[in-house]
Amino acid sequence: MIQTQDLCKSFGSIQAVRNLSISIPAGEVFGLLGPNGAGKTTTLRMLSALISPSSGEARVADYRIGSQDTDVRRNVGILTESPGLYERLSAERNLSFFASLYRVEDIPAQAEKYLRMLGLWNRRHEEVGGFSKGMKQKLAIARTLLHEPRVLFLDEPTNGLDPETAHLVRDFISDLRHAGRTILLCTHNLDEADRLCDRIAVFKTALLALDSPSNLRRTLHNRTVVFHLVQVLSQFKPLLESKDFVRSVQVLDNKLVITLDNPETYNPILVSMLVEHGAEIRFIGEVRQTLEDVYLKLVNGQEDSL
Amino acid sequence: MDIIWRIVLKEWSEVFKNKVVLLAVVFVPLVFTAISLTVFYSMEVSGDFNQSLQNTSDIPQEFLELCGELQGIECMQYFIVSQFLILFLIMPIVIPGTIASYSIVGEKTTHTLEPLLAAPISALELLAGKGFAAAIPAILATWGSYAVFAIGSSILAVSPAVTARLLSGLWLIAILLVSPLLSIASVSISVMISSRVNDPRVAEQLSGLVVLPLMALFLGQAFGLIQLNESLIIWIALLLMLLDAIFIVIAIQLFQRETILTRWK
Repeated sequence: MIQTQDLCKSFGSIQAVRNLSISIPAGEVFGLLGPNGAGKTTTLRMLSALISPSSGEARVADYRIGSQDTDVRRNVGILTESPGLYERLSAERNLSFFASLYRVEDIPAQAEKYLRMLGLWNRRHEEVGGFSKGMKQKLAIARTLLHEPRVLFLDEPTNGLDPETAHLVRDFISDLRHAGRTILLCTHNLDEADRLCDRIAVFKTALLALDSPSNLRRTLHNRTVVFHLVQVLSQFKPLLESKDFVRSVQVLDNKLVITLDNPETYNPILVSMLVEHGAEIRFIGEVRQTLEDVYLKLVNGQEDSL
Repeated sequence: MDIIWRIVLKEWSEVFKNKVVLLAVVFVPLVFTAISLTVFYSMEVSGDFNQSLQNTSDIPQEFLELCGELQGIECMQYFIVSQFLILFLIMPIVIPGTIASYSIVGEKTTHTLEPLLAAPISALELLAGKGFAAAIPAILATWGSYAVFAIGSSILAVSPAVTARLLSGLWLIAILLVSPLLSIASVSISVMISSRVNDPRVAEQLSGLVVLPLMALFLGQAFGLIQLNESLIIWIALLLMLLDAIFIVIAIQLFQRETILTRWK
């Protein structure tokens, strides 16, 4: 549904996006993670046919950026970082205006559908200027969906929202995924990306990593298991370190923190070995690396290499 | 055309809720029309003044030629009221400048430009929509004011010959042709200025500078340096057509999606 090949964008001497090559199939929620100024919004703008690439190619919804821009815009819904609504117009008037720009056939029906879906139907005649930030964001989401786009670009959709509204928006995005829409999600909220995205691209001008959240965690961090014992005996540490598959061993109080390649395969071996040498195991747990750990490792790693 | 009209309607339903804009569109025509008719009325009611008006020796020779068949007080009344023709040409500059400033800079300050530009419409449709939304009220206000002025003059003029003169070619060309051309120039300049500023009031004030050449014309006429006659107004119309073409080309260049998004900050 979205393909880019060596996509680049420069503003004068500043390179905002460098050689971005990604392919996003239909129905996938794809996360774009990166620090401020990483080029995420520029990428979104290029893929929405708002600005033209300096070089490279991109296709969105089977239309080529640069030569079929109007078709691209017709098939894309973009939720910008700010809701961008006409504050002196009513919620319904905002939607009907944008629906007319997208040449939606039954404008009142479409507006009603999304106003009801997002819980704004009873406030449809009110000026948007009096809406809370959450209500504005919901209305902006409704505007994004009015023309039933095949592809959605969501730029920080829960930014600045209270936890309840953010939760509602996340649920709504999840529903959109189930409805088969292709979603490109730009976010700083790593937990949100972890929960919603099928795949994630960590991006800072250029692509740093691209995979599913769980694979990113696995690839970038060795897995760590913790053995909680009644008592840690002095011979346990050298015993464990003697094994090839063990990367490191730390002793913390009555716990053994072991980093190893493949816990599913090697945990039974470790358990047998420790029990044989007199260990009384209370329980075993795994330390879960967060997406934040992965993100920071990648982004800081790139900064270190510069 | 449907899209352009939708944009025009949206602009009107938004900008006319702004008191500054509403005041400009309603107040300016009212004041200018009232000034012109008051001058007429004062000439009608003041006997002494009426007497002095019989003497046309103060009227520049070039204007006497414009009077044609008008004699004495008729020529003087036509001369005095003609000085206020410029007011009817200021309206099509001031009103669209105010509307365009608030409409374009407003899109920037409320961050509505990006969703608008993401829609499948051309930049030309968007510019045309905004341009018409600013120019149409100004042109209608000018024409409406002139219609009120024409009706008032038919009541207050010393003779039907003066009214006929005020509805002659010079005035009709000025009102029907020059005022729309001035509106287009004002909108184009507002677009250019709006691309560089973030405050609608600054855009409005800078757009208002377009009125300066007209003020020079007004003063030149008042001091007898220039006489606005049919040939001069036709030359002004031709010059404005050329300037409008140049301004529109520049405004379209500035109104490209990428330029707006990356440079209009």
